[in-house]
Order: sequence, then C-alpha cells, then structure tokens
Amino acid sequence: MTDAAYTPDDTVVTEADTARADALRGMARNLGISMLGLGILGALWAFGGWLITQSDGMRAFGQLAPGPTLERLWDMIQRGEIWPMSAPSLERVGWGLAIAIAAGVPMGILIGRIGWLRDLCNAPFQLLRMISPLSWMPIAVMAFSTWDGAIIFLIAVAAVWPILFATAAGVRRIDPAWLKVSRNLGAKPVHLLVYVILPAIAQDILTGIRLALGIAWVVLVPAEYLGVSSGLGYAINDARDSLDYARLGATVLVIGVIGYALDTLCMLAIKRFSWLRSDT
Amino acid sequence: MTHHAQFATAKVQGAAEAAVVPVPPTTKGATPMATGAHVQIDGLSHRYRGMAANCLDDISITVPAGQVLALVGRSGCGKSTLLHLISGLMQPAEGGVFIDGNRVQGASPRWVVMFQAPSLFPWMTVAQNAALGLRFARRTAEIPERVPALLEMVGLSAYADRNVQDLSGGQQQRVALARSLATQPDLLLLDEPFSALDAFTRRALQQDVRRIAKELGLTVVLVTHDITEAAIMADRALIMAPDPGRIVTDTMLDPGPERHRDSPAFEAERARLAHLFETTA
Repeated sequence: MTDAAYTPDDTVVTEADTARADALRGMARNLGISMLGLGILGALWAFGGWLITQSDGMRAFGQLAPGPTLERLWDMIQRGEIWPMSAPSLERVGWGLAIAIAAGVPMGILIGRIGWLRDLCNAPFQLLRMISPLSWMPIAVMAFSTWDGAIIFLIAVAAVWPILFATAAGVRRIDPAWLKVSRNLGAKPVHLLVYVILPAIAQDILTGIRLALGIAWVVLVPAEYLGVSSGLGYAINDARDSLDYARLGATVLVIGVIGYALDTLCMLAIKRFSWLRSDT
Repeated sequence: MTHHAQFATAKVQGAAEAAVVPVPPTTKGATPMATGAHVQIDGLSHRYRGMAANCLDDISITVPAGQVLALVGRSGCGKSTLLHLISGLMQPAEGGVFIDGNRVQGASPRWVVMFQAPSLFPWMTVAQNAALGLRFARRTAEIPERVPALLEMVGLSAYADRNVQDLSGGQQQRVALARSLATQPDLLLLDEPFSALDAFTRRALQQDVRRIAKELGLTVVLVTHDITEAAIMADRALIMAPDPGRIVTDTMLDPGPERHRDSPAFEAERARLAHLFETTA
C-alpha cells in the first residue's frame, strides 16, 4: 500500500490554485491577442474601403467599406433578417454533415481496422476526394428532384472525406494493448466498439467533423447559388443582383461570424472529449 | 531443509506420443479450501509463422489449484508465449491447455492476464477501469458492491473517482490488478507485471499480490526473469531454457514462513534458485 497511502493534500490544493491563476492569465492573454488580430483585420478592411473611394472606377463599391456595411448589418439585425436568412443554410449544412458523419465514421472505423479493406479503398477514395465537390453540381441537379436535395448532397460529398480519413487514422493509432486487455477481460466486438474504439477516437472524429464543417460551410455558399430562394448564398447573389453592396458586405460578415462560431463549438467539443492530459 | 529440486522428467523423452494426451480428469473439489483453477498443460508446442524452429517444444505442466507458479527464464525462452497460450489469447500449434478439465479455446473472465503495462483506459476513472470486466460479462449489478471492495483490497479506495492518468505507475498497476480480479477469476496470469516499476513499488506489489492471491485461493502463473521475484512470490518455480523453449528445472520453493528478504531462509532459497538457474538455463 506504500505508494497508494501517499496523499499530500495541502500541496495539491496550492498547486491547483497556482494552476488556476496561470490558466486565467493565459486566457486573458489569448483573448487580448485574438482581439488584436481582429483589430488588424478591421483596419485592413477600412484601408481597403478607403482605397476604393479614392479610385474613380471603383467608387460604386464604396458601400463595401466597414462603415456602410456595419450600419446595414445593424439595420438587418434590428429588422430580424439574420435568422430567416441563416436558418435554411444551417439546416442544409446540418443535414449534409449528418449524412457525412453517418457514412464516414463507420466506414472510417472499418478501414482503420481491416487492412485489406484499407488497401482496396485507398485508390478510389483518394481519387474521389480530389474531385472538387462543386464539379458534382450538374450531376446533383439532375439526380435530385429538389434543389435542397442537391445542395445537401454537395455538402455531404465535400464533408465525408475529412471525417472518414480522420476516423481511420484515429483507429490505426489505438494502442493494441487496449484491445488485447479488453479481449482478455471477455469483451465482445460490440464492447470493443463502445468501450474502447469510440472513446479512444472521439477526439479524432470531432477533429474530422471540424475540418468537414469548415469545408461544408465554404461549399454551402456556391451551392446555394443553385435554384433555391433562401439561405446565405442566395442572399449574396440577391444583394449583388440588386447592387446593394452594403447588404452584400453585411451578409459576407454574417457568413464569417457564423462559421467562426460553429468552428468554436467544434473546438469546445474536441476539448470536452479529449482524454489527453498534455492537451491544454 | 530438504530440496524439492528435481529436473523435469516428464515428457522430456519422445515428443511424438506426448502430443496426444487424453483430457485429464478435473481435480476441482479435491481441495475444498481452494477456489483456484487446476491447470494442465499437455504436450504443448508452438511455432510462430515464418520461423523455422519451435519457440516452445513439448511442454507439459500440471499446476494444482491454489498454487503460485513462477516461469523463470531469460528473454526469448518462450515464457511469455506460454502464458499467452494458457490464457487462450493465442492457440498452440500442438497440444493443449486444460483449465479444470476444459480445453482453453479463447479468453475468458475466469482466467485473466495482467500484462507488463497496465494499459488502463485514460478516458475512465479508476473505478470505471476496475469495473470493465464486470461490464463485459454483463454483471453490472455487481459493480456498486464489488468495485469499492476491490479498490479497498488494492489500497486505492481514495482514488476511485480520479482519472487514471493522475496515478503513479505502481498505482496504475494496482488498478490493473483490481480490474483483473473483478470477475472473480480462478486463475491469474502475470506477464512480468512489475518489471516497469521502481524497486520499492515492485517489492510492495509482489508481496500484496501474493497475499491477495492466497486470500482468494487463486491459482497464479507468474512469468518473470527475476529470480528474487520468483522466490518472493511463488510456491514453485519452473526454469525455462531457449531454442527451443522448454522446461529444464521444476522445483518447489520454501523461502521460510515470512518470505522476508532479510531472513536467512529466504536468502538460502534465493541462492539455490539462482544456482539452479545458472546451471540449467
């Protein structure tokens, strides 16, 4: 019992306090740097806007500068236009991602576990992966009876690869000793999946989803240039056609902010499911 | 006192007929006090794929219920392979392993291996790790009662809700011991489980594991290259030699009632085992 009975409680508490103070200081520092970064981006934006107003040929686009754009954004927020504009896009991305996860995670686990399947799938998957999702557009339009169906298909096709490959890579990194110990304790395949494989690779799956979400959000806007009359992509197209450049700028900003927020959510989920201690 | 040393005479002659040995009768019940398993190994030979020679050749051993047996040998003598074959994690090329009269055909919660690395799941607490075997065996109803008792037994009650990554190597190996004992196995197979620990921790665990095994009446097979460890823990030692892996010495151990490192009886027994090892292995 020698090594177990040793519990230096006092030192643990003080160490925890110091660690907490350090963490707070670190967070404040990170926040400060992030704000500075956003400030630099805003300054570049303002400088670009100023340049546009200086050139005769470009003056028509002066509304894209921070002033008019933010003013219009505030106006849109007050009139409650942001949510009706974003909700259809979020729904399409949600469905596309859900399909990509439902296909990518099981396939990734199989590929990670079964050598011959990995060899079999490697060439075709690499080939499919390198096809730009947007080049499926005409085929998607023909294959699906609704515009929404086609858009969701394009998002799923774009999002499935990072999820699949991240899952497979995570499975291959699983410590074989974990599986040996589990089999030794009488684990059936379903136990291995639920108690070993999925918890071990949760972080890899979420990292794949985070990458996939980034790609899906990028693919979304051009995909919504298709026939639909809702969503952020449609809003951009619509603003361009009506030469409302302040609205165009505001919509671009909304796309960026929502994408950033979604990415942050993914990052928080990754932190939540991470079991690695050195991961702070 | 007298030596129990004897060279393993069984099955050294004639490999061909040794491979076909009838299923031995179970001896369970013959020793009512012990709950441990009776292990019979018959004409066991094994060869890894792509290797020319057998890594184990015609091994036959009987381990009575409740005995702590040490398999001692240098690395590469096949002692770890033998343990894997006993556990059912590997299948032998020839011969068989019989636990309480039944041929071992796979892993079972009734015989559990403790490996050199604890391999705990870092996404679980100490208590959750210890409860794994019960979960796999669909005996979750026993968890609330069994797991605290197990952690008490290995001296980790205070750590039940801690993440296993907060624990020292010795503590982790104690969790692995609790995990191994959760399903109340009859046979504990130890594959050099203390070799990665510091001397102080190792010594404490050697004594605790023997004590716990004796309290529970478990049969134990311990693989080790450490003569002192064998002398501290085991009732009987088998010395193995390589190329091909075989048993060259079978001796009972009598290191005195206390098994105390500093006692003359222990030192004499350790020296005798070391001498046997040097001359035969």
